[in-house]
This record gives sequence, structure tokens and C-alpha cells, in this order.
Amino acid sequence: MSEGPRLDSDGLPALLHRELRAGDDGGARDSLGGRLTHGEATSRPLRPPTPEPQPRGAVLHRHRPVDHDEAAQRFIDAPRHEKMHDERLWDLRQKRDRQMHAIPEWEALRDLASTVKQHTLAHLDEYLEQFEAQAVANGIHVHWARDGAEHNTVVHGILADHGARRLIKSKSMLTEETGLRHYLAGVGIEVVETDLGERIQQLDDEAPSHIVVPAVHKLRSDVAEVFARTLGTDPGNDDVHYLAEQQREKTRPVILEADAGMTGANFAVAETGTFVVCTNEGNADLSANVPPLHIASIGIEKLIPRIADLGVFIRLLSRSALGSPITQYTSHFRGPRHGGEMHVVLVDNGRSARLGEPQFWQSLKCIRCGACMNTCPVYRRSGGLSYGATYSGPIGLILDPTFDRRRYSTLPFASTLNGSCTNVCPVKINIHEQIFAWRKVLAKSHDIGTAKQGLMKAAGAILAHPALYRAAIAAADSALKVLPAFLVANPLNSWTRGRDMPAPPRETFHQWHHRTDGGRKQAP
Amino acid sequence: MSSRDTILSAVRANRPAGPHPLPELPIFPLDDSGDRVAFFRQSLEGMGGRSWIGKAVDAVGALFPQAKVIASLVPEIAGNRDMTAETRPRDLADIDVAVVRAAFGVAETGSVLLIDQALVVNAVAYLAQHLLVVLEPWNIMLTMKEAYQRPEFHQQRYASFHTGPSATADIEGILIHGAQGVRSLTVLFPES
Repeated sequence: MSEGPRLDSDGLPALLHRELRAGDDGGARDSLGGRLTHGEATSRPLRPPTPEPQPRGAVLHRHRPVDHDEAAQRFIDAPRHEKMHDERLWDLRQKRDRQMHAIPEWEALRDLASTVKQHTLAHLDEYLEQFEAQAVANGIHVHWARDGAEHNTVVHGILADHGARRLIKSKSMLTEETGLRHYLAGVGIEVVETDLGERIQQLDDEAPSHIVVPAVHKLRSDVAEVFARTLGTDPGNDDVHYLAEQQREKTRPVILEADAGMTGANFAVAETGTFVVCTNEGNADLSANVPPLHIASIGIEKLIPRIADLGVFIRLLSRSALGSPITQYTSHFRGPRHGGEMHVVLVDNGRSARLGEPQFWQSLKCIRCGACMNTCPVYRRSGGLSYGATYSGPIGLILDPTFDRRRYSTLPFASTLNGSCTNVCPVKINIHEQIFAWRKVLAKSHDIGTAKQGLMKAAGAILAHPALYRAAIAAADSALKVLPAFLVANPLNSWTRGRDMPAPPRETFHQWHHRTDGGRKQAP
Repeated sequence: MSSRDTILSAVRANRPAGPHPLPELPIFPLDDSGDRVAFFRQSLEGMGGRSWIGKAVDAVGALFPQAKVIASLVPEIAGNRDMTAETRPRDLADIDVAVVRAAFGVAETGSVLLIDQALVVNAVAYLAQHLLVVLEPWNIMLTMKEAYQRPEFHQQRYASFHTGPSATADIEGILIHGAQGVRSLTVLFPES
């Protein structure tokens, strides 16, 4: 049985933070004047918070694990950012739920998506060969890259062959993985991101904080500051329409003059050698169709067998991601356009190794919708940049350690294991079970540090022996005074920090029972 | 060993155990209440698109009275900008309204499929300020599932579902039409 969410007078789920309620936000309307909520738009207008310095992401040290805990605390300490972030992402989750309830076959679609992906991954060598053969037959140049470094070299090589100096690009998590922008800057190639959120992040020299809405952690005042500093816009004007229009006007000449365009891919279809790109802004289609050269970077796990399978995945992707029935643009690239050249780079970067890990291979089913991030209480309260990694939120906890076990060893602990991520995943990845499995793997391989291992061992010993436990808490006057040392004030349970712990009682239950003979004696 | 062979042999060596058969894709019913055009228009409106029913020759004047540069890729509507397959995309940036014919529509989402053949230069559908898409009312698939049975996906080099105009809500979730591509998309159902 499930009670629905707490509703407000307008019939929509109540806001998490009532102070964000607003009358109108000036967003787009339909021909009858109704407020539109497609794409990543909020269900109802939100009040813009007054400016506050933007909390920055995790501080990165070359040899130390990411301190998610410390960065998350700084995000929580910026309450205007934190509340807006929490509200917007929870709203995306609620929009997703409404889409789900409108489709009776939703669970059947999730089953199909999961089964199709499992099948593809279990036959990935065959489907990769089929995709390559079809793509080549259609006139696409196909390249292969074992890792991020090779990918960047391949892309550079293609650009150099064409004398290309200016590259426009749409959002791709894979090129974030490989550090492409940084690499190309080093060899003198100018890269301009064309997605608004991704462009904001590029101009502010920050990584995307969310795989679908890269600047969701920023307020309009932050964007106004970034644009004023980098694009020369009016620093006193943080009107959202003004900011978006400025970006459009400043980016368009760059798009028209670019030598090459780059996209990622949401799906690659073996049957036809087609790759599919989904965006709301149309920026991938501009990047692909305006310059004479189009390069698409595709992770090898993006394969699906048949065109018909898109009828399952396209129905799930945007509904899961944003609670919108479909993205504004769903584009199918099957060959170069007249007079153009098209290259595909198939990238492994750790994927083939993960395929061989019985506990973790199913994470390769991920279609990068971000639903697990939107529903995660830890992610919503800590912001994507606090993870200090390419992927954040629940999916990040299980992907990041595959790239660098030691550096991301703390991340699998940034979870309450509430299982909500698993429940919303459109391809049914057992995310929370994999998070727990990673904790065990990291503990066993000593990648979580000796201090934390000692604490885990001490906690295990004390909790396993009732007498020892009673002695420990009696000696410390209360469980809350001793438990925080290893259950609250360390990364194992860092998510409890944002809450107030109850005041410890003056005596333990056992002490009370002994003193009063189970309540039979009167208190003195 | 080449990168290709290294990757393929690693994938082969690490294939997950088990049969993992490819499932058949069932048909899920969708009720359009007998009026598919109305269903399509409702889906389209929800995605920020508009629709217009009337004589094709009147459409541009009625919908875009201010428009100066019009590129029409359908014979029944006159434009004032010629395009050929050799036209460079950057020379399309001053177009106010582009008129194209959809390969078909999809009622479930209010999408129209635009294909390279009809666009002549793909970029016109993104560089124009406004897009007018001609769709015959009989040419609407009910669901995405049905749409993917169509031959276009096996024949065209480029095919794109457009569902409403270019949109973003990347800043504070406020919805703005005309992020990078067209500021509006109108589907024209022509009356003879």
C-alpha cells in the first residue's frame, strides 16, 4: 500500500521548502496561456533565492581519496543553494512519477529495457562488429579507443587531418570521463560547449554537477556573475531570459564558424549502424549539421540490437530523466550528410573489464538518465560537485571506483542504502545493492584506509557483544556519546550530519531498569 | 594487436555467463479516443509546439506576419530564399521561417519526423528562427513503438523527431523556448 505524496491546494505535491513558493516565473506558456512544464522545467514557479556565494565542489588532492563529506557539508552550509537544488531535483522525481503513472505498461517497459541491455552486453562483441560493419557500409569512419588517452589522441588526429582549430560540441559524459576539453586546449584547439548548462560550467571552469542538468547547483545570480565575467553581460541583470538569450547570441557566431562538431550518443543501433542523440536545445543537431566534420564519441556499452528497441528506450529515457514524455529532439544519424564527413570513436575506457565482474557488470546497462540522482536524498542535499568525480549520485558511487578505487573509495559510503535509486532506474540496475557490494570490496582490498577499517572492526566487535555494548555505553553515559565516534562522525554515516541528534538521556534503559526494578520502585 | 582487436577480445573474454535471450517487443495499446489529430495536437501543445489548421497558402502570412526571409521546402507554400543541397549551412542563419514537410507524426508524443531528403540542408531546421512543419492529418502513427517500424530509419542518413521547439530550463528550472535552435515550432494541417 502506498499513500500518495502530500498535496497542495493546486493538486500538485507540496513543496519541500515552502519558502520557495512563487506566483509566476515568466516561463514559457501554451497557446491558451497555461504554464508549460516540459523538459527540465519545474512543475510550478519557484522563488529565486537572494544571492549567496556558490559552494564549490570537493577539494581534490592527487593521492588522497575524495572527501565527499567535507564538500557536502559546505553545500549544506549554503542553504539557499541547497534548498533550491533539493526542490528542483525532487520535482523532477515527482514529474517522473506522474509520467510513470500515465503509462500502464511502465514496469513491463523497464523489464524489456533491462533484458534488451543484458542481452546486448552478453553478446557485445557480436553487436559491436555488426555496428561497425553497418556504419562503415554507410560511409562512417569508425575508430576504436582502449582508454581516455587514446580517445583524445584519436579525436585530435581527426581534427588535425582536417586542419580544424575550432570545435563545437554537445554534452557528452564520455568526453568528461576522458578529459577531452582539457587535452584539446593543450594542443591549441578551441572547444565551445553548446548546451546552456554545460556552457555555464565550461565558462566557470567547473565540471557538470549532474548528467542531465549540468548547472542545477547554480542560482541565476551565479550564472549572471559567470556570464558577466566571461561573456561581458550586464552584471546587474540576472533575468533568466536575458541570460539565456545572451548565450544564444554569443554562441551562434561560434557555431557558424566552427571547423568541426562533436556529439556523444545515447544509443548505437547494431542493426543499421545508426547512433541516436537526444537533446532539448537542438544543440547536438547544430554541432553535427553545421560544420563539415562530425565526430561522435560512443561508449561501447551504448549498443542496442535493433531499431525497434528504440521504441522501448526512447519512451523511458526522458520520462525517467525529467518527467517529460520525450526530449525536444531525438536524432538518428546513419551516415554523413551530403558534402560532410562523419567519424565514430568507440571507446572502452574500463567497460570491457567491468563486463567481467559478476557483481558489477549490470551497471553497464545505464542509459545516463539521472533518475537515481534526482531521487537520492544524499545527492540532493550535497550537490554533484561534492563527489569530486565525473559521475555523481548513486550511479556515480558504483561507476567511479571502477576508474580509480583509491581516489573514489569514500564514495560508496555516501548513501543511505534506501533503495530508491534502484526503484526508479529505467533499466533496473540494482544500484543500492552494488553500492553495498562496493563497500565490501573496498574494505576487503584495504582501499578505504586503515583508520576506517579500525573503526569498522571496533563497531563490529562492540555491536556483536551485548555485554560489551552495554559496558561501552554505560561508561560513556549514553550510546549517543559513544556511537558518534564511529557511526555518526565519520564518512560511514556522514548523511546523518545534516540532522539534529536527539539529546542523550540521563541514564540508560538498563541503568533505569536496575535502579527501579523495572519501574516497580518509585523514583526517589 | 590493434585497439579494435584488444577491445573485442577483452569483451569476448568477459562475456557475462547465461543465455540472456533477446526479448520480443509486445504491442501496448494506447487509446486516442478515435480522434488522432486531436490527440496529436494535445501532446504537441504539452511540449511547447503549436498547430494550425487551414489553407497552406495562408499559413505563413497568418502565423508570421513580420517574417522577412522565408525558406520553403514544400511546393504549395512560396518562399523567398532558395536552397539547394550545395547551400552552406552558415548561409542559412538569417532565415526567419523555414517550411518543411514531415515524413510522419507520432500522436503519443506530438512528434514529427524530419528527414534529410525533405530538409535539403539538415541545419535549416535548427538555424531558422521559426519552423513550420506540414503534416497531413492521415499521416500520424499512434505510438513510438509503431513509429520505429517505419522504413525511414533504415533508409535515411539523417532523421530527427522534433517535438516542439528548442527549449531549455537549465537556469532555475525556468522554461525558455529558443535555447539554440528554433524559437517556435508550428505544425500545419493543410486544408484543401
